Amino acid sequence: GFFVWRLRNTGIPQIPCRFVHLHRVANDRLITFQYFNFLKRMYVTQCNKDLSQRAKPKSDSIVSPFRELQQLDQEKKVVYKISPVSPVHQSWSETSSRNELREVKSAAETEDSVIPVGGESREDRRWKEMKVQLDDLPGILARLSKIKLTALVVSTASAGFAMAPVPFELTCFLFTSLGTGLASCAANSINQFFEVPFDSNMNRTKNRPLVRGQISPLLAVCFAASCGIPGIALLTLGVNSLTGALGAFNIFLYTCCYTPLKRMSIANTWVGAVVGAIPPIMGWTAATGSLDAGALLLGGILYSWQFPHFNALSWGLREEYSRGGYCMMSVTHPGLCRRVALHHCFALIGLSTVAPVLDITTWTFPIISLPINLYISYLGFRFYRDADRSSSRKLFFCSLWHLPMLLLVMFTCKKSVLEKEDKGDLRGGSHEMALEIRLP
Amino acid sequence: PPAHSHSDWIGPPDKHSNLRPIIFYVPPEESALERRLREARQEAQASNQRFWARHNRAFRQEKEEFIYSRLKAKGLEMRDESGQKATLNAEEMAEFYKDFLTKNFKKHLQYNRDWYKRNFRITFLMGQVALVRALRWLRRRKKSVEQ
Repeated sequence: GFFVWRLRNTGIPQIPCRFVHLHRVANDRLITFQYFNFLKRMYVTQCNKDLSQRAKPKSDSIVSPFRELQQLDQEKKVVYKISPVSPVHQSWSETSSRNELREVKSAAETEDSVIPVGGESREDRRWKEMKVQLDDLPGILARLSKIKLTALVVSTASAGFAMAPVPFELTCFLFTSLGTGLASCAANSINQFFEVPFDSNMNRTKNRPLVRGQISPLLAVCFAASCGIPGIALLTLGVNSLTGALGAFNIFLYTCCYTPLKRMSIANTWVGAVVGAIPPIMGWTAATGSLDAGALLLGGILYSWQFPHFNALSWGLREEYSRGGYCMMSVTHPGLCRRVALHHCFALIGLSTVAPVLDITTWTFPIISLPINLYISYLGFRFYRDADRSSSRKLFFCSLWHLPMLLLVMFTCKKSVLEKEDKGDLRGGSHEMALEIRLP
Repeated sequence: PPAHSHSDWIGPPDKHSNLRPIIFYVPPEESALERRLREARQEAQASNQRFWARHNRAFRQEKEEFIYSRLKAKGLEMRDESGQKATLNAEEMAEFYKDFLTKNFKKHLQYNRDWYKRNFRITFLMGQVALVRALRWLRRRKKSVEQ
């Protein structure tokens, strides 16, 4: 305790740091659980009917704010439409609005049948006016920017920020999160702008706003610009120019490299993995201002994680990719697909072991993370060997909880700045927590 | 769409192409720029419809043929005793998917190029039309304020 007091008197702003540190550990857990639940809801509803019996009841219990918004807005829209049309249609619209609610609940991110165009409700078969309804707009923009994916991206950036060995600064953290979030919204909007006819033909994506004509392409581009430009400006001016440059580069990589490449070569998966690896690097550079080994390690972990995650997911979508003209490993090079997934599971073990060597975490990290890394590697091996639907799904769902858990363990095993300076005193990561609690 | 409506209307997805058709509203005083935009959108819609309808039809047809030839090679019929359609498992279908993708690769490259060009052009025209409309509205407001 005394040692810490002395440091405080020398002017290093440790007090807010420690409080927030403690608070953030709790928040991080909360955040990861929230994200896990988000993910679970999102992905469980994406199961095919024949695969998971639990999918249907899960989708009914979803209480996502965006879904509720959509339901209310759809209802309002139906009511609005009744007035210009004759009152005979009233009863029909009521039942269709009920169908609509059901459809909206399950359709937003559902892959509910193997047939290319399945599961339409009566509402879906109606003609709709192409006028922007202002109260629908938030929901539409949320879906355009893939808000849930953006939230995940921001959380990986926060993980990068949290792992950086510097005192925590709240404003910097907020600027980084906001800037990264805006950049991700912009990139996702442009991606949807490019992919309208392809999205229409795939079950997973056929309910996107541009596909349904809820918003014009011009508005989508303007929205992207109004998110991207302030986002990058915020990162460059409010954080540092390195983070801003990485953000701009990531937008470029995702929209101008990954999106067109998806239809040209299987190399798109590697480019996409880099896109996923950059946000934590951005978080780290935002905190430290430089690109050191720790940033690259964290990026490396995210990079390797993308492969078991995406390759397992793409295994079940081979028919849609084939028809839609997407060049994915799972379609053209199935053996490579499974091999790469397995190799990167092993790489995760390796990278976890390198973390303490680079002084980012203590040696407890590779030990504690070994069980989950071994488990995902085991599932990767099963996928490699069996190459069937069930093993791919198991691997995919494992990847969904594996990453948040790994980042959480990494954070709790983070080598504190104090510990590095005073190597003799403390014995392990667990002491870090005790130290913080002792502070008033 | 009702006769008095002043906006475009979008319909349910087409059976063959999965694309949603749009009925474009033609305002009585349509400017040359607006006409160019509408025609570009109509042309893009027609072209997309043609491509995807043909492509999806070819996919379904070739898939049927593949299943039929495989089942025949195994000595099975297209429908079993209960009248259900016999299907191949995912691994056997994977071969078809790979073939189909590689066969249509060049067609997709060409389509991508066309689609990107059209998309950019339409969006750019939309921007121009929006700008002209905004300026017109501002000018009208200025005039009404002066009066």
